[in-house]
Amino acid sequence: MESRLIEKLSILADAAKYDVSCSSSGGKRKNENKGLGNAEGMGICHSYTEDGRCVSLLKILLTNHCIYDCAYCVTRKSNDVKRAAFTVQEVVDLTINFYRRNYIEGLFLSSGIFKNVDYTMERLVRVAKKLRQEHKFNGYIHLKTIPGASEELIKEAGLYADRLSVNIELPSEMSLQQLAPEKSYKEVLEPMGSIRQQLAQASEEKKLFKSAPSFAPAGQSTQLIVGASAENDHQILQLSSQLYKDYSLKRVYYSGYVPISSDSRMPIMAEPPIIRENRIYQADWLMRFYGFEAKEIVDEQHPNLDLDIDPKLGWALRHRHVFPVEVNTADYELILRVPGIGIKSAQKIVSARRFAQLNFEHLRQMGVVLKRAKYFITCQTKSLQRQDFESELIRRKILFGEGSVRSALLKQQLDLFKQVG
Amino acid sequence: MHFYTYDGSFEGLLTVVFEAFERKAWPTSIEPEHLAQPSMFGEHIAVVTDEEKAGRVWQGLQKKLSINAQQALYHTYLWEQAGFEQTIFDYIKLVFSSTQSIEGHYTAPCVLQVQQAAKQVHREKHRMEAFVRFQKTADGLYYATISPDFNVLPLIVRHFEKRYADQRWVIYDTNRRYGAYYDLSQVALVNLEVPPHQRSMPLAPEARDAQEDSYQQLWQVYFSSVNIPERKNPKLHLRHMPKRYWKYLSEKQPRALR
Repeated sequence: MESRLIEKLSILADAAKYDVSCSSSGGKRKNENKGLGNAEGMGICHSYTEDGRCVSLLKILLTNHCIYDCAYCVTRKSNDVKRAAFTVQEVVDLTINFYRRNYIEGLFLSSGIFKNVDYTMERLVRVAKKLRQEHKFNGYIHLKTIPGASEELIKEAGLYADRLSVNIELPSEMSLQQLAPEKSYKEVLEPMGSIRQQLAQASEEKKLFKSAPSFAPAGQSTQLIVGASAENDHQILQLSSQLYKDYSLKRVYYSGYVPISSDSRMPIMAEPPIIRENRIYQADWLMRFYGFEAKEIVDEQHPNLDLDIDPKLGWALRHRHVFPVEVNTADYELILRVPGIGIKSAQKIVSARRFAQLNFEHLRQMGVVLKRAKYFITCQTKSLQRQDFESELIRRKILFGEGSVRSALLKQQLDLFKQVG
Repeated sequence: MHFYTYDGSFEGLLTVVFEAFERKAWPTSIEPEHLAQPSMFGEHIAVVTDEEKAGRVWQGLQKKLSINAQQALYHTYLWEQAGFEQTIFDYIKLVFSSTQSIEGHYTAPCVLQVQQAAKQVHREKHRMEAFVRFQKTADGLYYATISPDFNVLPLIVRHFEKRYADQRWVIYDTNRRYGAYYDLSQVALVNLEVPPHQRSMPLAPEARDAQEDSYQQLWQVYFSSVNIPERKNPKLHLRHMPKRYWKYLSEKQPRALR
């Protein structure tokens, strides 16, 4: 049995790895039954892959047999790969035994679609149910909701899972039609809407009765693939901003497309768009934690994020009239917009200035990155800059260091030579 | 000049604070007895830990500090880095000499230092919660060893107690030579004398549960399979998982021959 199980695990973990969500935070499930596990509070990354991603959950497919033929997906019907399927009991045993050894926070279960949507969804729910009811498992469970699954099944899934997610997959309906002909936005948005409704209802009931059953207490998330279709960053961020607002999603995940598919419908590329993906995540953070609107970050004139600099610096360079900001008096919201000042240091600044006037040395000790921030702030009306620089020059100084403009140009050229060589 | 020594305990350190205030003799240095260097000049004061005096200092602090700040102060004690006693002393002195709360007064060096020490300790605590790997022994005990940079074992016990309520476990700090043992009803701090050759992984084959090796191997297989080679990023990998932690991690150990 053992070598067969090893083979299954390697196939079905490999097939699940392109789903980037691995968060295990936001749960409220306490270990009150002297059972196994606890999923309250913050998530824990128990390991990191060699590509630097967090490993928090046992992330696997129940099976990679699939009746769909989505161009971007390794598991698509027309792809010639080895197929495998776990039994419900095998998934349960793996989860419990990994959890007991502190390898994981819980289970992330997804699946290829076999027979039909509801049949597949029913199996996923059965795993979660068994873990909760027979094994008193209180660890984290993230279940993938298969687009088009019936409302009753989604409702049941929410009883056992901490988080549910439906992947929107592509940033526009048109791309989805081209690359995933069996799926549609309607089929994705319907369960998303239904989950949102259930979440709202459960939280209302919780207010009235503390014992009301909870529904996916860690909320819902989604994922979309970046670089597999032609949408620009403006369209992508518009979409996620809308999803956050209209569907109260906890997270939108962005997965830079890894060129794994030889399907003729896919673009030909040498490597995954990792830098672009990173910039989109930074923009996503700006929307969720820094009070930025999507339209402030990208718009029709600048539809794509600058790959060389982060979007916060980009915004600051386009809005020089807002700066310099006096850190001793400015509003928290404005301090938060200064490049080189993060949430933690912004909070420290606001707290410390109640006791004493701050100078640049104080800021440095609090963790402000002065190399970037100094162009945008004053301390007690003093500035570290003797003159006002053009935005273009600031950009160059931050990118290439304090050195003269000539050395920067030289470095740029050397980089060019390197690319040619 | 006043050179204080104490027994190394947190209560002992609080007793030092009490004595210093009583005598109005501010410390030139505070050191654990066994580390103190005799000095020809100044006054040497060997403080004997007194629970009542320590308790009075702590109660005084509780009146003036939030729970978070109290915790941060205790974390600074567990931080154990050179000069932590003086930092704690300066902090407490500042608390008692101010009429208003000093929390967030980051331009005062001791306040910033306590905040930063507490942050480092908290980070190490979180890493231990993540990187501890239990091995199941033949008699059903889950066993793990750690050697954290800071003394975080007392801080991680509750996390594991809540999480593994239905299994017996031990976490042993091989540097500081003490451990925590959970027996299905409560956790006790224990001093096991573990011979040096048994202090690190792995357990001897005969001491391991029959399935232990298979699950370690399955975990290694899982770890290799979730990697995306096209996105290889060793720098990021190391930043999240510095090499000094690899000794705990079964997924980072050499693969057994299959």
